[in-house]
Amino acid sequence: MFSYNLRLAWMSLRKHPVLSLLMIGAIGLGIGVCMTTLTVYTLMSNNPIPQKSDVLYAVQLDSWDPNRSWGEPNEPPPDLTYRDAQALMQSDVPLRKVAMFKSGFALQDAAEKLPPELVEARVTYRDFFAMFQVPFRFGGAWDASADETGQQVVVLSRKTNDKLFGGADSVGKTVKLDDREYRVIGVIDDWHPVPKFYDLTTGDFNEPEELYVPFGLAAALELVSFGNTNGWKAEEINSYADRLRSDLVWIQFWAELPDAGTREAFMGYMNQYVLEQKKLGRFPRPLDNRLSDVPTWLKVREVVTEDSRVLMGLSFLFLAVCLLNIVGLLLAKFMGKAAETALRRALGATRWQIMQKNLVEVGLIGVLGGLLGLLLALGGLQAVKALYEDYDRLAQLNGQLLLLALALSLGSSLAAGIYPAWRAVQVAPAGLLKTQ
Amino acid sequence: MLQMTHISKVFRTELVQTHALRDFSLNVAEGEFVAVTGPSGSGKTTFLNIAGLLETFDTGRYELDGQDVSHLTDAARSRLRNEKIGFIFQGFNLLPDLSVFDNVDVPLRYRGFSGVERRKRIEKALEQVGLASRAQHLPSQLSGGQQQRVAIARALAGTPRVLFADEPTGNLDSLMARQVLEMLEEINAQGTTIVMVTHDPELARRAHRNIHVMDGQVTDFTAFASAQGERESLAA
Repeated sequence: MFSYNLRLAWMSLRKHPVLSLLMIGAIGLGIGVCMTTLTVYTLMSNNPIPQKSDVLYAVQLDSWDPNRSWGEPNEPPPDLTYRDAQALMQSDVPLRKVAMFKSGFALQDAAEKLPPELVEARVTYRDFFAMFQVPFRFGGAWDASADETGQQVVVLSRKTNDKLFGGADSVGKTVKLDDREYRVIGVIDDWHPVPKFYDLTTGDFNEPEELYVPFGLAAALELVSFGNTNGWKAEEINSYADRLRSDLVWIQFWAELPDAGTREAFMGYMNQYVLEQKKLGRFPRPLDNRLSDVPTWLKVREVVTEDSRVLMGLSFLFLAVCLLNIVGLLLAKFMGKAAETALRRALGATRWQIMQKNLVEVGLIGVLGGLLGLLLALGGLQAVKALYEDYDRLAQLNGQLLLLALALSLGSSLAAGIYPAWRAVQVAPAGLLKTQ
Repeated sequence: MLQMTHISKVFRTELVQTHALRDFSLNVAEGEFVAVTGPSGSGKTTFLNIAGLLETFDTGRYELDGQDVSHLTDAARSRLRNEKIGFIFQGFNLLPDLSVFDNVDVPLRYRGFSGVERRKRIEKALEQVGLASRAQHLPSQLSGGQQQRVAIARALAGTPRVLFADEPTGNLDSLMARQVLEMLEEINAQGTTIVMVTHDPELARRAHRNIHVMDGQVTDFTAFASAQGERESLAA
């Protein structure tokens, strides 16, 4: 019966092409707008590491200005000072811990065949890779001694490895970073956490860095930060050593705390540290150290903006308006076919069978509208990409969203079609048949 | 086959009540060919709609093929219409976008027959009305008489127990009307009960029995036997 109803539905759409196109267009437009905003919103609010998001904690210490908080309301700064980060790295409580910042190098192949290119790098600890479950294509992370002694080893992104080594296993080979030779120790596979939760100071949706070097190199090579550096008091900073001693905040710190006990213990460690620092005249604000798991951290840092929420709400309202119009058009269409309905009823169709026939037609309109909506959404996402560089990763429809678009289209059109389909079967067949 | 006892039907609007049928009683035996006549507004159509389960009634009792249908649900009435009743309308009432084959197929679809069974029935019905070669034509490509024959094929395909015909020749010229009437007589001869509403006295005379309806009541009828006798004498 479904295939029969589908055939009738197709014939009906073809019989009234303008009306059909109007309805398909209305649904397509509503779905297109909804899917554009929903895609961006869904990826914005995506949990980038769901399997560990409740054990990974961003660390905040309130070392800020006594007269005003870093952010409202009473929000501590998102980054730590170098020396505070170093102090927390001494704790044995977390299963893993990492202090890090974004830097950059002039990258070149060892033979200097390719021109040097400025690339972004993450200066970090070896735990970074295990903590954030970074997949390796070749090799692996450096060992703990490299963190302490600042060995010149590097982990390349897949893209960088493809560029320099044509995608081959480059472990053991050498690259040049700022004219110094680094031994390749690992190549990571495709890894694009969205949002880039581990460092939200330089673009929530930016690509991960192209290479990774041990944190121990920071002081030794005076690596500059390519990320944000914030301060609240006048400090004389004439050298890299001054910067490391200063109250400037620029280091991201994460800890892996697998249970409530370790969380409590690490919070105790942080509080103890800050209380000691207070005795030395630092941390003038009230004690306010924080541990935020990944979802909380994304919320604190307002990765999903209020604007995008409002925009999504408006787009669904727009879809509702489109559907209301479709209700009217469907009513007109089905009531226009009242004579046919009456005849089918006279020939033995039950109300439910006619309702099914009408709903299949509505469903077909919904599916066609959904397909049109997907095309419009793809166009809309291209426009988003063109407008906002950072949204490159956000403005992509994946399989799930494609299915969601079709389900949304089918579901909303059926919802819009229920009343007209029901109304159409209420006609009394006797009154509409051409009798005497 | 069809037994109506003290049926009444009132159509109500805010201002007026119209008694379409009052104390309407009628029996139609299995295999009968009954003509229902009467002036416009006399209640013929209401009777036909009630008899064909297209309309409900207010009071009385109605048995169709031995089954009390007075209080059936809408779905049950639809099933009965589909399985036991065939309709032939004055205006043919074919679906213009469907081919002849698909038009005949409509009631069979709702009956739940398999594709093979439907095809068999459709081909047989079209053959019976002499339109097997026009199966893929659209109604607009057929003459009025052919369209009515398609409607008859549609009614016959479900092998109904009773056929309700509402002015089946009203839109046809005399030659085509005669062909359609002969077809109905042939169907009746094969055992299908026929109830036909008509204005045409000549058509009415060809039935086994005439029922005259006036002001929603049966006012006169000719007994089956005498009608049969009259018919035979006319034929002679």
